[in-house]
Amino acid sequence: MPVVLVPGALRAEAGGEGRLIVGADGSLRAVLDEIGQRWPRLERRLRDETGVLRRYVNVYVDGEDCRRSGGLDTPVPAAAEIQVLPSVAGG
Amino acid sequence: MTATLAIGTRKGLFLASSDDDRRSWRLSSAHFPGTAVYAVAFDTSRPVPRLLAGIDSSHFGPTVTVSDDYGATWQEPDHAPLAFPTDTGVAVERVWQITPAGPVVWAGTQPSALWRSTDGGLTYELVRGLWDHPHRPDWGAGFGGQAIHTILPHPDDARKVLVAMSTGGVYRTSDGGETWAPANRGIKAYFLPDPWPEFGQCVHKVARDAADPDSYYAQNHHGVYRTTDGGDSWQSIAATLPADFGFTMVTHPARGGTIWSFPLVSDGRREPVDLRCRVFRSTDAGDTWQPQHQGLPDDPYYPVVLRDAMCTDNATTAGVYFGSRAGEVYASRDEGETWSTVAAHLPDVLCVRAVIS
Repeated sequence: MPVVLVPGALRAEAGGEGRLIVGADGSLRAVLDEIGQRWPRLERRLRDETGVLRRYVNVYVDGEDCRRSGGLDTPVPAAAEIQVLPSVAGG
Repeated sequence: MTATLAIGTRKGLFLASSDDDRRSWRLSSAHFPGTAVYAVAFDTSRPVPRLLAGIDSSHFGPTVTVSDDYGATWQEPDHAPLAFPTDTGVAVERVWQITPAGPVVWAGTQPSALWRSTDGGLTYELVRGLWDHPHRPDWGAGFGGQAIHTILPHPDDARKVLVAMSTGGVYRTSDGGETWAPANRGIKAYFLPDPWPEFGQCVHKVARDAADPDSYYAQNHHGVYRTTDGGDSWQSIAATLPADFGFTMVTHPARGGTIWSFPLVSDGRREPVDLRCRVFRSTDAGDTWQPQHQGLPDDPYYPVVLRDAMCTDNATTAGVYFGSRAGEVYASRDEGETWSTVAAHLPDVLCVRAVIS
C-alpha cells in the first residue's frame, strides 16, 4: 500500500505520525481524498477547499514532483512512496 | 485583575500579561511560531474569555483556532473553520478580522467575504447576501490584498452590521445580512477618475463611537472621517491632524467622542510625520487632535502601525496599545498620556487586542 511521508511541521495533524499507510492507490487525488477522510486537518493544509494543492506544498510520488507528472492525476502505484515537503518560501 | 494583550505578528502570536494594573508586562514565547497572525480577538461574553486567532501559514494556508485558557491549549475542529461553498470556486486566502458579538462570532477574509459563526468561532458560514452583491466584481485589491478588515455589529440591534473593505469601502445591512448597501457618501477616493464614487473607496479602518452607535470614525487611504448618521454621510475630521494618511482608528471603550490615530505622512511616504513616534487623540469626536508621546521613542522613527495593530482595552481608564512593523509594542494605562514598552524585537506586529479580566 502507498506510504505518505509527512513533514515534521504537519505531524501534529497526523496523530504524530511521520509515515501514513493509505489504502487508496491509482491517483494522487485518491490518496489525498483518503487523507481527508482519515486526517482531515492534515489534508486541508495540503489542499484548499477547491481541491487545489496549496501553492507552497510540494508532493513527490516516487521522487517525481507531482506538478510535472499529472498533478492530482499523477498515478500512484500500490507500493508508491509519497513525500510531502514544504517548498522554499517565506520571509 | 489581569490585563492580557494578544499580539499577532508575521511570525507568531505573543501574549503579554500584567497583574499590576498594566504597569509591567510578562511576555510569552511565540504561539504558532513562524506563522502569521493577522486577526486576534477576545470573546468576553464567556465566563473565561475565549481567545480566537486567525493564523496564516505561508505553506499550509489559513485557519482559525481558539483557546479557553489564555493560550495554554488551543482547539481547532477537523473541518476547515472557514471554507467557501463549492459553487463559488474560490478559497479563503487569509482571515483578516474576527469580531465576537454576543452569540455570534463574525469573521472577515481575503477575498472580501463576511462569515458568521454561531458555535463560538469554530465553524463559519459565508454571508451570501454580501458575497452575491452586484458590486463585488468591481471591488478592488490594495497592496495588502482584497479583504474585509472591519466588522462592526450594532450593539443594540443584531440585524445591523457595518463592514469595511479595501478596496470597496463601507457597506451596511439592517436585515441581518440579507441585503447590503454601500455607505461611502463623503469619503473621497482620490485614486479613481471619479473621486466621489458610490463604492470603491479604500477605507483602512472604521471604529464605532462608544456612546452613540450611529457615530463612526474612519481612517481612509488619505482622509479621516466621521459619520453621525450611521454612515449616510461622512465629514472630514482631519483638519487638525498633521496628516490624513494612516491605517488605524480606535475608540474609547466607554466614553463617546474619544478616539486615537497614528497618522503617517502620505501614501508615498509611509512614515510618521516629522519622523516622530506620536499617537494623536481627540476627545471631541475629531474636531481637534492632540499628540501623545510621553514615553515613546524620541529618536527618528520610521515604522508604520498597521490597521489592526492599535487597540484599547475595556478598563474604565482605558489602556491604549499599539505595535509597529519594527516589532515594538507600547502600552498606555492612562488613555495615552504616558507610554511604556511592552515588547521589542518581535516580528512585524499585525494586530493587537487587549482585555481586562
